[in-house]
Amino acid sequence: MFKEKTKRQFVPWLYLLLPIGLLALFTYLPVINMFWYSTTEWDGFDPHKKFVGFHNYVKIVKNPEIFHSLFNSLYYFGGAVIQISLALFLATVLSYRFRGSNIFKGFLVFPYLLNSVAVSLAFLYLYKGGGGLDLLVKHLGLGRFLTLWLGNPHIVNFSLAGVSVWRYMGLNLVLFLGAIQSINPELFEAAQLDRANRWHQFRYIILPGIKRITALSVILAVSGSIGVFEIPYIMLNGSNGTTTFVIQTLKTAFVLNQVGLASALAVTLLGIVLVVTFVQRKIFKDEGVDLV
Amino acid sequence: MKKFDLFKIVAYLILTICALATVFPLIPLLFASLKGKEEFQNTGSLNPPKNWFNFHNFAVAWSQGDLVHGFFNTGIILSVSLVGTIAIGTMAAYAIDRFNFRGKQLVLWGFLAATLVPGVTTQVATFQIINKLNLYNTRWAAIILYMGTDIISIYIFLQFMASIPKALDESARIDGAGHFTIYFRIILPLLRPAIATVVIIKGIAMYNEFYIPFLYMPDPALGTVSTALYRFIGPFSASWQVICAATLIVILPTLTAFLLLQKFIYRGLSAGAVK
Repeated sequence: MFKEKTKRQFVPWLYLLLPIGLLALFTYLPVINMFWYSTTEWDGFDPHKKFVGFHNYVKIVKNPEIFHSLFNSLYYFGGAVIQISLALFLATVLSYRFRGSNIFKGFLVFPYLLNSVAVSLAFLYLYKGGGGLDLLVKHLGLGRFLTLWLGNPHIVNFSLAGVSVWRYMGLNLVLFLGAIQSINPELFEAAQLDRANRWHQFRYIILPGIKRITALSVILAVSGSIGVFEIPYIMLNGSNGTTTFVIQTLKTAFVLNQVGLASALAVTLLGIVLVVTFVQRKIFKDEGVDLV
Repeated sequence: MKKFDLFKIVAYLILTICALATVFPLIPLLFASLKGKEEFQNTGSLNPPKNWFNFHNFAVAWSQGDLVHGFFNTGIILSVSLVGTIAIGTMAAYAIDRFNFRGKQLVLWGFLAATLVPGVTTQVATFQIINKLNLYNTRWAAIILYMGTDIISIYIFLQFMASIPKALDESARIDGAGHFTIYFRIILPLLRPAIATVVIIKGIAMYNEFYIPFLYMPDPALGTVSTALYRFIGPFSASWQVICAATLIVILPTLTAFLLLQKFIYRGLSAGAVK
């Protein structure tokens, strides 16, 4: 009996060996190394890493470009707020099943599945001078608003945030729809018997039923907008004032070969994400949201 | 009754506008890809092509760009990583869900906390590890990173496994089955729906992944779908009609998968986001 028990203690580690090994090697070791590198001045090749203490962090705080790239996250966060509201509205409309609602859902979700390079190229072409968007704007009689969507430094980040809304709205829509559909249908039947109108159904049945998923969407939106990378990088290589924190970190590491400084940036980002997650968990705690 | 109809009309109107807005960015792409060089230069991007069956640009994109390599490499990386990710995810979930052992909470916490680490930025340090393992500029770099950093799948398997009654294992054990037989012959087959979910959402994510192959596999012969398409930007910037065709070639498999697997994809998206 005792032998069987020790065996039950030992066996799970056989199955965990590979998963934990990979987790340690590709998640925890890089994080630890990142902290280490961040205290050095290192180009990534030199066998010798020069210890510089907190010098890299001082550099970050003194560099206004860093704050500029953090500020750029706000465009995407603004976009995410629009995207979540739109998704909530459309999910509510779609939840009243009617003919064709599945087709509409398909149209709205499809962009989320697309390859990021394909999306970027599609929008590069759409935003071109004299391209599809310009023509559409003219057709709508709004010609005086024409501008260089990617060339005008005051507009370019809005254009990119627009791509992000187009691309990610579908995910929010699926999440909201799933949550609405899992609300007990008896509630809606009871509401109908009580002659509650659609607004009341939304306000008193749907809205409380999707609290949890709304909280999740907001959390994803915040960490998503801090971590924006693909669209500005592929479309513009971060030029014209579209650099984000992640682009800056990766360029510092792999273009400028300043691995020490880049690691300090990465550690800073990790810190921001952890703080944001922690704060949000505190806020949403009473809502019974159980996340990560 | 009348009020209901009004609601329906407004709903259709709004949904139609939104659906059109969703499709609109792809329309100039489609039109351009079907136009000849001269036609492309002399017509607006919202003018439909003269000949809807002019696939010349697609042929050019396929043969002159490196899309063939891209699909080949993505295919290999995708298949190997998916098999690996399923093996690793189901093993981890089996150990955590079916055994009581010292340190279990710590292991669970270790996987949980890892989801907080933003993947892109740790590449600064991961790069050194891949380099030391001599995997730089090989397909294994992408494969091992897709396999080794996929924690969401473990959660999907854990969640699903909790709903498989433990009595099944017990009775098999009484019949003399070992732990591996139970894992391989009982748990794994019952996990089939969860495996389907993982294959679909991870398959799509791997097909779309850009930065990992871009960073670790700069060799053009190792291009994936994403990086091969990305490399159209420079050399073909004078002929956007070819870029548009290449983009559509990349979109086509996604569209096919979406049309065939719509229901599974919706389920997978929910499961993947709500860890």
